[in-house]
Amino acid sequence: MSHSTVPRNTTGAQTAEQSPEGSGDAAGPRGRGGKKPGGRPGRPRRSGKRSGRASGEASGKLGLKLRFRRDRTLVLMTVPALLLVLVFNYVPILGNVVAFQDYDPYLSENGFVAIFESPWIGFEQFERIFADSAFWHAVQNTFVLFFLQLVLYFPIPILLALLINSVVRPRVRAVAQAIMYLPHFFSWVLVVTVFMQIFGGAGIIAQTLRRHGYEGFDLMTDPEVFKYLVTAETVWKDAGWGIIVFLAALSSVSNDLYEAAAMDGAGRWRRMWHITLPALRPVIALLLVLRVGDALTVGFEQLLLQRQAVGVAASEVLDTYVWWNGIRNQDFSYAAAAGLIKGVVGLALVLTANKVAHLMGEQGVYKK
Amino acid sequence: MTAVLGTPAGEQPTKKAKRPSPWAAPPRPVWEEKPSGAGQAGKGLALGLACLAILFPLWIVVVTSLQTKKTIDEAGGLVVIPKGVTFIAYQELLTGGQVQRATLVSIGVTVVGTLFSMAVSVLCAYGLSRSGSLGHRWILMTLLATMFFGAGLIPTYLLVQALGLTDTYLALILPSAVSVFNILVLRSFFMNISQELIDSARIDGAGDWRILFRIVLPLSRAVVAVIALFYAVGYWSAWFNASIYLTDQDMMPLQNVMIQLVQKQERPVGLSAQINTGQLSPLAIQMAVMVLALLPVAVLSPFVQKHFKKGMLTGAVKG
Repeated sequence: MSHSTVPRNTTGAQTAEQSPEGSGDAAGPRGRGGKKPGGRPGRPRRSGKRSGRASGEASGKLGLKLRFRRDRTLVLMTVPALLLVLVFNYVPILGNVVAFQDYDPYLSENGFVAIFESPWIGFEQFERIFADSAFWHAVQNTFVLFFLQLVLYFPIPILLALLINSVVRPRVRAVAQAIMYLPHFFSWVLVVTVFMQIFGGAGIIAQTLRRHGYEGFDLMTDPEVFKYLVTAETVWKDAGWGIIVFLAALSSVSNDLYEAAAMDGAGRWRRMWHITLPALRPVIALLLVLRVGDALTVGFEQLLLQRQAVGVAASEVLDTYVWWNGIRNQDFSYAAAAGLIKGVVGLALVLTANKVAHLMGEQGVYKK
Repeated sequence: MTAVLGTPAGEQPTKKAKRPSPWAAPPRPVWEEKPSGAGQAGKGLALGLACLAILFPLWIVVVTSLQTKKTIDEAGGLVVIPKGVTFIAYQELLTGGQVQRATLVSIGVTVVGTLFSMAVSVLCAYGLSRSGSLGHRWILMTLLATMFFGAGLIPTYLLVQALGLTDTYLALILPSAVSVFNILVLRSFFMNISQELIDSARIDGAGDWRILFRIVLPLSRAVVAVIALFYAVGYWSAWFNASIYLTDQDMMPLQNVMIQLVQKQERPVGLSAQINTGQLSPLAIQMAVMVLALLPVAVLSPFVQKHFKKGMLTGAVKG
């Protein structure tokens, strides 16, 4: 994000010179009056605004009231988004208290009022969960799918990006990119049904086999291959989209480096090894951190859609476990407790992954 | 003005002179080895296979949706090589009935939802984009924190129920209306717009609203288009919220109807008898539903892809 912008703290002098010509059409009726550069210092509000915006430190000296008057429009603009986030992201966090209750939605007309009337039972729900073999099975499936996707999915966008990057004809490149980005914008419903048409019992492969006298098959309902199928679906949908970040990183590598390396006698592959891959390292590290931090989320919608076809044993992961117990079986407290476990462990994973990234000298998601 | 914004004036023409045809390869730098034939062929093959893996499934879906029952029966199911083209499946679906209603629902939710999300996100992004403004750090932190900890499915579900949103279309829009990530992308673009431009407008008496609509937004068209596409695709593809918050089958959007018709192979409700008269194969109907779901996305995204690239590479500021 290092585009060319003039540093903010030099604005004062330059704007003063510029404003007469700039005032042409954007000014409107109000702007004509006493707002010539010379008039600025005389008006505390205006000048406060300018210096405050110009450098963050100067604004600290202004009074709170003054700053509010200056920035009230800006604050007002954030209110709708802030309200939505508070209502739909923060209020439900409080709702997690039902995990420590025996929540009964029928105690009151309003589901949230019912929380206050439901009995508290401490950690009983968590004990029930830890004693449930289905929960541990879901945990196991989650990790199996996570590792499979890490090993089989993660390298593919990197390879594709290197491939695309080596294509020099601009139109070929643009067309290939357009095709590869496309599946990312498809819904999971569409992706799963498309895979049904290829690998399903009535799919094109089984159909062709049957026509030539062989026995057909249905990969969509085979619990054994399901984890590979899920990974293949993820690759089909998102591997093409994943190349964007790598391409952006590659385009920022200076051509001089390649030229200098070529002068020193480095061939194609050595240039890739010593220049291209090191340039990708920070991006790879960042994406790895993000992926590991999000390890417990392995395609909720995707798995939910195929749950019925392939069976619970192969497709149950933590997210679908929560859905099944909460939404389907209306055992809200139990499911909320399972969801809370996932949330807390997930948070710990994000923080740990970042820590490791920092230890390895990478930046991670946030700075140290 | 260009000089102030730091765009080198001579950049554009030289680029064009260098690349006469977009299909042709630009001249190789002198230090680069000549590409080997085998390497070129391997690259072409890999690229072709990757594209084929994406396009072939879509091809058979589209082609099968355009065939008569006779062709489909002869092929024993999905059709790879088309024999003629007929639109009876689409005629059937789009003249009343379940699928037409669902398509309209999806279009409505997508249009209204995208407009709402964009309005909220653009305002918020601009409100946070002027550094040093009151409280912007706190507001930003509040938004960022949600990227680390999700509240969980069950409490969200209980909240939507308690707010009385179940069985309304608001349940499909409000809970997913704001994407913090999208706000951050918009914000970083707004922040890259040259401060001089904004300052000079302010000196001319423009308030924040006017600056946003007259200066910031016109300069950010590319990123606004990209983010709008993200939101629109999100609303168009969503099916889970509808499956848990809506109980009325008549309200279901297209994706949910697709689950019923294609995945669970149910017969569509409210179709005329054409399926039985032997003209129209149920398979063509199913494939047509899929085409309806993929068409808007497939048509729109390549256009915006160009914007996306432009936005990524050159930033929002142009003189």
